[in-house]
Amino acid sequence: MAVQNKKLNLKDKYQYLTRDMGWEPTYQKKKDIFPDEDFEGIKITDWSQWEDPFRLTMDSYWKYQAEKEKKLYAIFDAFAQNNGHQNISDARYVNALKLFLTGVSPLEHAAFQGYAKTGRQFSGAGARVACQMQAIDELRHSQTQQHAMSHYNKHFNGLHDAAHMHDRVWFLSVPKSFFDDARTAGPFEFLTAISFSFEYVLTNLLFVPFMSGAAYNGDMATVTFGFSAQSDEARHMTLGLEVIKFILEQHEDNVPIVQRWIDKWFWRGFRLLSLVSMMMDYMLPNKVMSWSEAWEVYYEQNGGALFKDLERYGIRPPKYQDVANDAKHHLSHQLWTTFYQYSQATNFHTWIPEKEEMDWMSEKYPDTFDKYYRPRYEHLAKEAAAGRRFYNNTLPQLCQVCQVPTLFTEMGAPTKLSHRQLKYEGERYHFCSEACCEIFEHEPEKYIQAWLPVHQIYQGNCEGADVETVVQKYYHINIGEDNFEYLGSPDHKRWLSIKGVKPADEDKNAA
Amino acid sequence: MSQLVFIVFQDNDDSRYLAEAVMDDNPHAEMQHQPAMIRIQAEKRLVMNRETMEEKLGRDWDVQEMLINVISIGGNVDEDDDHFILEWK
Repeated sequence: MAVQNKKLNLKDKYQYLTRDMGWEPTYQKKKDIFPDEDFEGIKITDWSQWEDPFRLTMDSYWKYQAEKEKKLYAIFDAFAQNNGHQNISDARYVNALKLFLTGVSPLEHAAFQGYAKTGRQFSGAGARVACQMQAIDELRHSQTQQHAMSHYNKHFNGLHDAAHMHDRVWFLSVPKSFFDDARTAGPFEFLTAISFSFEYVLTNLLFVPFMSGAAYNGDMATVTFGFSAQSDEARHMTLGLEVIKFILEQHEDNVPIVQRWIDKWFWRGFRLLSLVSMMMDYMLPNKVMSWSEAWEVYYEQNGGALFKDLERYGIRPPKYQDVANDAKHHLSHQLWTTFYQYSQATNFHTWIPEKEEMDWMSEKYPDTFDKYYRPRYEHLAKEAAAGRRFYNNTLPQLCQVCQVPTLFTEMGAPTKLSHRQLKYEGERYHFCSEACCEIFEHEPEKYIQAWLPVHQIYQGNCEGADVETVVQKYYHINIGEDNFEYLGSPDHKRWLSIKGVKPADEDKNAA
Repeated sequence: MSQLVFIVFQDNDDSRYLAEAVMDDNPHAEMQHQPAMIRIQAEKRLVMNRETMEEKLGRDWDVQEMLINVISIGGNVDEDDDHFILEWK
């Protein structure tokens, strides 16, 4: 008898990989094996309805990932061997990488842990396989990012202790607490938070226009890891959309639960991405696209199409999207002026934008930049020129939920600080916005436990009571090397010598 | 309201053929070049056919090979052995 050796098509292959890897337990109760599957109130009636549109099987997964890695590491080698750091647009750019390595790369690792843990919670085999592959991807992202930036660490300051800083430095508690919040939620909330709200709705803003900007600033290594990571993201985003559709199709009781999660995680992600707004508008010396333009394309346009598609399930756009849309005109400027004042406590430098950059911002932000922000920079520049470079020595009031200093303004009132407060069991809590306050009110027991860096310093838990001790001993930021103003910094001097320009203070010494 | 689907490729040698094939198969699509990337967007639907790609490349092409060069996508995905479709229904 002839053996038929018919090649399986994609759908069949994937079917064998997932559905037939799951089985009904006989000597243990399903509830005991997957104890976290229903406490959030999500009702799943039929796991076999789970569709993974990419249908990637393990053999093709390894094949394509190996090919991506080979390409990526060939470029890292070429970049390092050819001193690629000398060909970037300007050394100010490297400060965006310092923020990336301490703020974003550790999140990739947190995502790896999150997916590894969450995947274990689902009784559906399709969801388990998808989470497992994503966990491996996220680990790869964390590693490749560290490898790419290790070359910069040999030539610039502030990149030497990213993991340590991520756990301790005040502004890094913003990304850290975001992921900790997601990872301590139930499995379905985690997927809604990270796969859908973050990956599908928001990460394009970081990995597409910012990475394109890295390319435009001559950073071959970063754009390559960025796009290589994002090629995995395309799968993750698809998973995010499928997850949402699957949960919504399973039971109508799931709709209000998912809606609340979308409202919460859109807002949490938006607050986190305010860091990216500043990276795009201020930390890319060669400009590609402004934050407001990127927001229009990747949120208003693409997010608009997405939420229109989800209407049929009874899902509406995120509750506070109007506030986020309005903020696109202000976000990067409000954040950069804040970081400018607190450069004594960061592992990266800040500076006043150059004249051409300010003109670019006037053009990109015609209704807001000249009216509200240019005068601040002109004032700060005057102070700096008079030998009074401004540093703010008062520690900022942080939001109990997003942990960003309460620096943002009210929608439609750009000179009015946005601030909310409430009392819970005798203690007063502060918030940057209505949205963060509402998140707190729904889960106060979770957010009263927040590790707020400023409170921790005042409580004496950060090895000292003064900024200098905390920065040096607790954060591992090298004072006078990693922090303060960019102009005149060791990075700045090193860059001038790479470019064959004599540093200004050497001229003075010679004269 | 307009509902755009989109796909973004790394701007490299493979993607030039991919982008050409997509533009051939989707006359209503719009192509944008940005540093290091090619972004193609279209109203409601974009389709990528294995057959068109194989003609462009002059060799066999697996739809999943695209994963190496794609940066991002927007829209519901429908993939099988012969095509990759992005759409809002």
